[in-house]
Amino acid sequence: MAVAAHSTAHEHEHPTSTGLNSRKLLFWAFLGSECLFFGSLIATYLVYRGRDQVGPHPHEILNIPFTSVSAFVLLMSSLTMVLALAACQRGNQRGTAIWLAATALLGATFVGGQVYEFTEFFMHGLTLQKNLFGCTFYVLTGFHGTHVTVGVIWLLTLFMLALRGRLPAHKALDVEIAGLYWHFVDVVWIAIFTLIYLIQ
Amino acid sequence: MTDHETPSSHAHEEHAHPGAKQYVAIAVVLLVLTVIEVAIFYIPALKGILVPTLLGLSALKFALVAAFYMHLKFDHRLFSWLFVVPMFFAVAVILALMVLFGVLARR
Repeated sequence: MAVAAHSTAHEHEHPTSTGLNSRKLLFWAFLGSECLFFGSLIATYLVYRGRDQVGPHPHEILNIPFTSVSAFVLLMSSLTMVLALAACQRGNQRGTAIWLAATALLGATFVGGQVYEFTEFFMHGLTLQKNLFGCTFYVLTGFHGTHVTVGVIWLLTLFMLALRGRLPAHKALDVEIAGLYWHFVDVVWIAIFTLIYLIQ
Repeated sequence: MTDHETPSSHAHEEHAHPGAKQYVAIAVVLLVLTVIEVAIFYIPALKGILVPTLLGLSALKFALVAAFYMHLKFDHRLFSWLFVVPMFFAVAVILALMVLFGVLARR
């Protein structure tokens, strides 16, 4: 059944010189460029880690239990995202809408957690200008949070389309590309969670 | 080229995506790996192997999401190359800057 559903999604493709869907190809190239973007931000954080003259330092304020829950929430949102894609490929628009809403909700929960975390850090005196940790930490995690926020808006747009019955099986690629973006945001957080939070 | 041999049929090399059960199974594995990561962080006896273990577990989680949820295991190899090559350069940039700034020497 999965094979049939998958082939349905490709029925409306135009022939290309590579034989691959151009939108999907372009989106993977974009994700490749995003690897370099986040790589440079992570490199900056790691290079300046432990060189602060004044606090607060990472081990003083990073809240591992809280961030572990956030990481769990984002991981589970990846599951709901693939379930949305699977539902769309089967032509189940109600299921697609439900799983997309669940993914957007989990993403919004993650962003809410990040807003709470940033507020807590600010209360403890960590600002963007306070020290190297504050600057590199806020820029890296802030850009990630912005990506998640963009993803939530994208998912809500697809959710509205699914509700109106405008995401049939042959439009599954729209959901698949949004899913690629969402999973990328998830894998970036996997790296950030380990490199910034767990390895201090 | 016959009527049946379109450019798409040559280049696709794609397989069916996994089903819901396999997706849930991957999620359970990811959850267990995350629990192990956090548990290792809190065990003082494992401090000596903390960094390599966490990096290994993180890489495994990254690979599982990319392979199964992003379908790189099932889609055309070109997609994998478009993602893996820049990622290799990103890791190389991180390591090069750490060496340049003496971060690895400080450890």
